Amino acid sequence: MRIACPYCGPRENGEFSYLGDATPVRPSLEQGVDAMLDYVFLRDNVAGEMQELWYHGGGCRAWLKVTRNTLTHEISAVEAARGAGAAKVGKR
Amino acid sequence: MKYSIFSLARAALNGHKNWPRTWRDAAPKKHYDVVIIGGGGHGLATAWFLASRYGIKNVAVLEKGWIGSGNAGRNTTIIRSNYMLPGNIGFYELSMKLWETMEQDLNYNTMVSQRGIVNLYHSDAQRDAYARRGNAMRINGIDAELLDQDGVRKMMPFLNFEHARFPIQGGLLQRRAGTARHDAVVWGYAHAADKLGVDIIQNCEVTGFTRDKAGKVIGVETSRGAIGAGKVGMSVAGSSSRVAAMAGLRLPIESHVLQAFVSEAIKPLIPGVVTFGAGHFYVSQSDKGGLVFGGDIDGYNSYAQRGNMPTMEDVCEGGMALMPIIGRVRLLRQWGGIMDMSMDGSPIIDRTPVEGLYLNAGWCYGGFKATPGAGLTFAHLLARDEPHEEAARYRLDRFRTGWTIDEKGMGAQPNLH
Ligand SMILES: Cc1cc2nc3c(=O)[nH]c(=O)nc-3n(C[C@H](O)[C@H](O)[C@H](O)COP(=O)(O)OP(=O)(O)OC[C@H]3O[C@@H](n4cnc5c(N)ncnc54)[C@H](O)[C@@H]3O)c2cc1C
Ligand SMILES: [Zn+2]
Repeated sequence: MRIACPYCGPRENGEFSYLGDATPVRPSLEQGVDAMLDYVFLRDNVAGEMQELWYHGGGCRAWLKVTRNTLTHEISAVEAARGAGAAKVGKR
Repeated sequence: MKYSIFSLARAALNGHKNWPRTWRDAAPKKHYDVVIIGGGGHGLATAWFLASRYGIKNVAVLEKGWIGSGNAGRNTTIIRSNYMLPGNIGFYELSMKLWETMEQDLNYNTMVSQRGIVNLYHSDAQRDAYARRGNAMRINGIDAELLDQDGVRKMMPFLNFEHARFPIQGGLLQRRAGTARHDAVVWGYAHAADKLGVDIIQNCEVTGFTRDKAGKVIGVETSRGAIGAGKVGMSVAGSSSRVAAMAGLRLPIESHVLQAFVSEAIKPLIPGVVTFGAGHFYVSQSDKGGLVFGGDIDGYNSYAQRGNMPTMEDVCEGGMALMPIIGRVRLLRQWGGIMDMSMDGSPIIDRTPVEGLYLNAGWCYGGFKATPGAGLTFAHLLARDEPHEEAARYRLDRFRTGWTIDEKGMGAQPNLH
């Protein structure tokens, strides 16, 4: 599996680390236990195309949003994941 | 047919030409008391325990491919009960005891080989942790021995004891652990369940659930037509989320790929199972002589049943750090299977919020050793509608209540927990 980093070009996946599904957004505490349970523990566990967050730690150290098919490992899109991580807290 | 020394002698005289099928290839009936989805070790064991211990014989096991085509036929076959936490410790020992009587119980040679496991430690802190684990095991009546460096040296002189970064200080030994022949376990349960009237139905993929007005599951839709069921049990390992989604459920599970490796055959070298404590590498030697080994999951969601090079490299580096003697042994085969990684690394054997639907899932790296234990306890749940005492903590709602079972701090995404 190779990931075409928009900054560094195609690199083997060993240079990257994985955070998983890019869809869940960390809820704010006011949203309650169910929202937190959902975010921390439950997963769609998509079989097919999935948007995911990968970190290019062995290269430019950017967070990337990768569209990858979990049935075939085929990657159809890679873009910079602007605002990934804590900046998104509480915003759906 | 009953297998014995006499049946073997008789067949030998005929040049082994007249062995009958060991189980029927059944066609689906209209209705069963219990339908089990998934013809892996767990599904078949569940059916056998239902028929043999709980008197429920009108049972079908539905398998989308052929039985044992999933993880049951892809794993590295390590069996052990060196667990420490309440919830796990009793369950895995129950399973270990069932391994010890399995061949007689099933009248099938599953090649259970209690050749021992040694988990190596490489630091004082790790030694303390293993001493504690061993003590917890012994308090619960499970065998465990803490070995010092000399103790390990006697068993495996070829290990890299003087590694500059990770010198081997000793190991935790469980002598009753070992390996079993994975395919034979599948065939053994199929053989014994079939004898009691269980229908094993292959090439039968479940594609949906039939529900009554109240939402209760009353059957399944399959590639071989609709089949009615009093109760439905899911034992589909890596496909758990996909099958659960057909009933509108979301699970605390991610599907990840785990690879296994086999080398060319060499002369007997490794006496049992040995694990590297400073990385993730475990190895045993098969009866044919091949070294069977593995390491971590690849680390990204996958249903592809194949892995990638970085993990292969990592596993081989672990092997070389532990036993440089294998440096010139060639790799023969390598493959992947899809793990149902639960979020705390422990399994789920429970009812679901959907009436009539029961779940056995979340086995992560280690569900082969659980095959008989999961079969017994899942059958108990299906038959009695209450959890077996040794599986009572494997609840689906533990992620909500905080009763997670964090044996190794290792779920799909350890960084989240
Ligand atoms: C490489 C590797 C190494 C491992 N090493 C070990 C080890 O050393 N020790 C250990 O204890 N465990 C190990 N495991 C884990 C262990 O193999 C699994 O946890 C265990 O086999 C899972 O239970 P099972 O046998 O019932 O699963 P499976 O054999 O995967 O059975 C599930 C079955 O469900 C079927 N199915 C899926 N969807 C449907 C559907 N819709 N309709 C009908 N059927 C369906 C599948 O085809 C499959 O046959 C390893 C796993 C892998 C992949
Ligand atoms: Zn980059």
